[in-house]
Amino acid sequence: MKLSVTITLKKDVLDPQGKVILQTLQNMGMDSVKNLRQGKFIEIEINENDEKLAIEKVEEMCKKLLVNLIIEDYQIKKLK
Amino acid sequence: MNSSVIVFPGSNCDRDVAVALEKLQFKNKMVWHKETELPKSDLIVIPGGFSYGDYLRSGAIAAKSKILNEVVKAAKNGCLILGICNGFQILIETGLLKGALLKNKKLKFLSEDVYVKVTNNNNKFCKNYNTDQILKLNIAHNEGNYFTDNNHIKELEDNNLIVFKYCSIDGKIGNEFNPNGSLNNIAGILNKEKNILGMMPHPERMIDNIISNDDGIALFSSLLKQ
Repeated sequence: MKLSVTITLKKDVLDPQGKVILQTLQNMGMDSVKNLRQGKFIEIEINENDEKLAIEKVEEMCKKLLVNLIIEDYQIKKLK
Repeated sequence: MNSSVIVFPGSNCDRDVAVALEKLQFKNKMVWHKETELPKSDLIVIPGGFSYGDYLRSGAIAAKSKILNEVVKAAKNGCLILGICNGFQILIETGLLKGALLKNKKLKFLSEDVYVKVTNNNNKFCKNYNTDQILKLNIAHNEGNYFTDNNHIKELEDNNLIVFKYCSIDGKIGNEFNPNGSLNNIAGILNKEKNILGMMPHPERMIDNIISNDDGIALFSSLLKQ
């Protein structure tokens, strides 16, 4: 089973990279962009057929290594 | 006094730290990250550099290395631990020090000399400095912007755990003298038991007047047994 983890900085944490990307898009004339947060995307292939268990395992990976819970939020999704 | 310097792939201040320690007659050993045992150590230094290429987050991979399990155990038994720059980032990732080190506010890698105030000398790392002494130290980092929650800031302040703050040449602490956006100008903090210090500036680069200054030497000499 393949799952993805999307990691972004928490709302209250300043995201200077996101800010620069936003400003650049606006400078390029795409002024409909209102807000932008950038982050990381991790694709994980896991030996587990049960979706619930697979998500639990990825959750553990997030908490122990992939995510810094003080400053980052994460979202797990099943890919296929 | 026995010391150990942990070496990761990508460490680049390990030998500078060793030179500083040996100058003060520490019996120092270099310890590769794959080791599973620490030599007898009164002090463990986690040096600066770019361990594992800063993959995932600065310090995140090093924090899970084999030797770090031993460092965490030693820390909990009261061994003195000093993390400088990437070493500070690694200590944060292990959870031995709380908070986070974000990208510098202006998104630039900073390599420059800055002024730092010793805000409290009532700990083993700073006892050879005076409180409010101003040091000129070098910084070289991309993620040194210290961040933590309000409860922890209060804990740091109430227990005198903030030991270094960025300041002006004459000791003023303000935004304009904050190189990286660090909360309250924080440059170095202790854990609650005061046996672990994490700091972004590099004291090991300031141990000799011929090449820089010797503002950093008192940190290492503070750690010698009296």
